[in-house]
Amino acid sequence: MTGPDNSVDTAGATSPAQGGAAPAGAASEPRTPRGPHGEQGSGGDTSAEEKRLARRSKRARWDLKASPYAFVAPFFLFFAAFGLFPLVYTGWTSLHKVQLGALDDQQWAGFHNYARLLDDDFFWNALWNTFTMGVMSTVPQLLLALGIAHLLNYRLRGSMAYRVALLTPYATSVAAAALVFTLLFGFDSGMINWGLGHLGIDPVNWREEHWYSQAAISSIVVWRWTGYNALIYLAAMQAIPHDLYESAALDGASRWRQFIHVTVPMLRPTILFTVVVSTIGATQLFGEPMLFGGSSGYKGGADHQFQTLGMYMYEQGWVNFSLGRASAIAWVMFLLLLVLAALALVVQRLGPRLRTAMRSQR
Amino acid sequence: MTSPTLLEPASPAPQPPPAGTERTRRSFAKRAGGQLHAGPVAYTVLTVLSLLSLFPLVWTLIASSRTSGRLAETPPPFWFGGNLLTNLERAWNEGGLGKAMVNTTVVAGSVTVGTVLFATLAGFAFAKLRFRFQNMLLMLTIGTMMVPPQLSIVPLYLWMADLNWTNQLQSVILPTFVSAFGVFFMRQYLISALPTELIEAARMDGASSLRVVWHVVFPAARPAMAVLAMLTFVTSWNDYLWPVIALNQENPTVQVALNQLGQGRIPDQAVIMAGALLGTLPLLVAFVAFGKQIVGGIMQGAVKG
Repeated sequence: MTGPDNSVDTAGATSPAQGGAAPAGAASEPRTPRGPHGEQGSGGDTSAEEKRLARRSKRARWDLKASPYAFVAPFFLFFAAFGLFPLVYTGWTSLHKVQLGALDDQQWAGFHNYARLLDDDFFWNALWNTFTMGVMSTVPQLLLALGIAHLLNYRLRGSMAYRVALLTPYATSVAAAALVFTLLFGFDSGMINWGLGHLGIDPVNWREEHWYSQAAISSIVVWRWTGYNALIYLAAMQAIPHDLYESAALDGASRWRQFIHVTVPMLRPTILFTVVVSTIGATQLFGEPMLFGGSSGYKGGADHQFQTLGMYMYEQGWVNFSLGRASAIAWVMFLLLLVLAALALVVQRLGPRLRTAMRSQR
Repeated sequence: MTSPTLLEPASPAPQPPPAGTERTRRSFAKRAGGQLHAGPVAYTVLTVLSLLSLFPLVWTLIASSRTSGRLAETPPPFWFGGNLLTNLERAWNEGGLGKAMVNTTVVAGSVTVGTVLFATLAGFAFAKLRFRFQNMLLMLTIGTMMVPPQLSIVPLYLWMADLNWTNQLQSVILPTFVSAFGVFFMRQYLISALPTELIEAARMDGASSLRVVWHVVFPAARPAMAVLAMLTFVTSWNDYLWPVIALNQENPTVQVALNQLGQGRIPDQAVIMAGALLGTLPLLVAFVAFGKQIVGGIMQGAVKG
């Protein structure tokens, strides 16, 4: 804001109303051309005029200084109240024994909640499930999105219609999507088993069997988010300069080689971004398995075969009423995310260096 | 959203001048990625995937128009029946979807207004003003996007219980009233869309900061505000975890009501499907009407974010 800052200083000397904060007066006054000479000529008013001037330019300067903070303040106030404070407080709660029925009766427990988690088979099961379903939903989703974006990047008739169609699942809520897929994956009369039957495949118990149930839940995630990621990739692809493809084509690179050697490397930052975002999403997986499980969905199936960390936290806090343990689970999730973020950074920083190192070894 | 390149990204970027390019070079350029017309394979694959994308939604409509008994038969129905209105009515009344839709509209509407308003103000400050701690505050804003909402749920719940706000809509509205993504999105947009000269000119004319915001920033930000509003509304409408914990069946949002349907409150599959349809319908209608803009907005956010 150096520009306006200067202009206000000079303006204050030339025209009294400039930089004034009073909205109504400011609009009409500056139109009257009043140079420094004119002001001096106005006789007895001078001191009052000067005071007014000083007041106005002071107010203007104050306005310039304070307004940026006023503009960012609402965001940070809400963030502090509903983001930062709860984050810290969760850590505090995780060191206590807190029962949902008796919220005011908190007892210091130290790291007891964390220690119990380490001994808890269900916790490790949930952690492992979160990981396997994370892989099963993220990897196909991003690969598919990359392929779709590549196809959409051709000159295409009705490309907007394809884009809208592919993005529509994004508008569907977790709850609605999970309910529909639950029915589609039904054992006796589900459409998917019916289709498999026509291919000569025996019906699959999508709800009970470990890997099949996880695959079914992952397919909901893939369905909802593939189009969204495809659009992100497409946007990044369209920012790739065409000369790169031209020179690659001149060098005789096939379209597949152009994709591998030009498109994918140029998309690296975007790919990393989507990997990080989808990973965060995958660690939080909750609604899809919860609804897929039906009336006791928080358990993640009869064998806890698709219980995620988020669901385990819900079970501990709102079914078993142990909010301290729920908080501990939340913090473990946070630490996991920090580790993942650090890993992503390392990959981003070290990736190119490692590759050049390996090349020079060869 | 204003610039046509973002809306119609299919039209390729302007070609390098053809001057001095002989025939062979141009044909090479044509072979290059992004320039080539799609072949039948591309069309087929995209069509199949688009149909797969739409199928679950179409089938929701089919299932909502049937009876529960018909859904349990094999083969499952592939065409519409005559039961749609009955099922919608039952979901609306017995499933509590009616009240839930009103509640969700209130929640998503307020969250959208708050997010867009405060994101535009903060985005403007970060994009065009200079102040102490600016970079630090911006980094903090971006950093908060990494923090998963689960992490705050226990204290939020304790707090809302303390205020006796559980089961009340403000307990869902206030924690999502502002968004770090929104601030960042508006900042990225305003950096290029709002000429600094325009602000300076307004200041020269004696405009206060508030007037600058009202007469210069808001008009310039309007396209991005519209996109952010749509994205926020979709996200807020579909929000699941916190509403399920904070609200109960007396005062639900759509997702809470659907959760209860899914847990067997009404063990009638056709009604459940009608509920799922109702819960998504407003967004689907918006998608049909504004699909192009939403697609453009997501792509724009992606390029710059």
